[in-house]
Amino acid sequence: MSFDGLWPYLHIAIAGWLATDIWRWAGVLVGNRIDEKSELLNWVRAVATALVAAVIAKMIFFPTGTLETSPLWLRLGAVVAGALVFFLGGRFRQISGIAAAMAFLAAGLAIVASDQSGERPTLWRRSKPPATG
Amino acid sequence: MTAETAPEPRSQTHWFLLGMRGLFSLPAVILMLSFVGFAAFTAEAKVPVEQVMFMTGMIWALPAKVILVGSMLSGAHVATAFIAVTLSSVRMMPMVASLVPEIRTRRTPTWLLLILSHFIAITAWVFAMERVRDVPRQGRVAFFAGFGVTLTLTNIVLVGLAYGAVAEFPPLVSGCLFFLTPVYFLTSIWISARHRVIYWALGVGLALGWFFAVVAPQYDILLAGLIGGTLAWWGERLLRRREARR
Repeated sequence: MSFDGLWPYLHIAIAGWLATDIWRWAGVLVGNRIDEKSELLNWVRAVATALVAAVIAKMIFFPTGTLETSPLWLRLGAVVAGALVFFLGGRFRQISGIAAAMAFLAAGLAIVASDQSGERPTLWRRSKPPATG
Repeated sequence: MTAETAPEPRSQTHWFLLGMRGLFSLPAVILMLSFVGFAAFTAEAKVPVEQVMFMTGMIWALPAKVILVGSMLSGAHVATAFIAVTLSSVRMMPMVASLVPEIRTRRTPTWLLLILSHFIAITAWVFAMERVRDVPRQGRVAFFAGFGVTLTLTNIVLVGLAYGAVAEFPPLVSGCLFFLTPVYFLTSIWISARHRVIYWALGVGLALGWFFAVVAPQYDILLAGLIGGTLAWWGERLLRRREARR
């Protein structure tokens, strides 16, 4: 489609804004009727959490962009490394857990990149798209 | 619950400003990094920057925007795009519905909640569920408004500034940027869980999220959420009743 004129803005308003906000409004109307201590709210909480968990799982198992070609063991390893540090506890367990996962991922990506190039690591240069086949 | 039994005489402005300060929190920073990534993605796709800023304000939820940009690039009909985006946004309903009972008071007008609901997306939801219980009830709506509105406006500006400025990241950086989000969500949900059912839903949701992405990739999030959430709730309730009987 063309990006000129008013039409793209209408497209965004209809297919983007309206398509998203109707569910937010529905959530307000439903949430307004739920008692804070009810079993129904417990179920709604569980469904909301499972939905977000599914989004997380998709990002880990089927990432888009650069990570799409990264090995699954590396991504899972990063999550496990982060979880280990997180559950060791401490006051800064959230930051340290995230940092551990990132360090594991970055190190792994560096090793994989240097393996593929066969020469020096090409981390800081944009890698060429892989040849087809 | 001490916050509710002994409300402090603070003004609504105080809570609004305190919410605004959430801009300098870990979740806000991580989300802003994701938006820098989104700006780079749209610049590469050659979507005009005004339209990128417009959709950031109008849609706010990042996954819905990625889907919409995809539909614009493929030249999909507006009805097709609507269906794809709306399916990805159904999850807003239980998220909003579970947050509203936590923040409203008996006097909170519905129109205000309808307006504020626009600022709910995963990050704001995780942030609010985690922090809102430290705020006395009468300040919670103002606290959420301060955080949500500020975060959205900041990201509209950020997208405009970052667009084109960071067209290309080194792969190591873009890979880590992308991965920050799921790792942050995992830790946050774990920390903010106040009910056992949340841990169960997180575990079942992760497993079913993978399963349905393989089996039914078009409806994976919805199916995993509905089935996984229901299973977790049902199992936890079963255990709770058994414990109560003992």
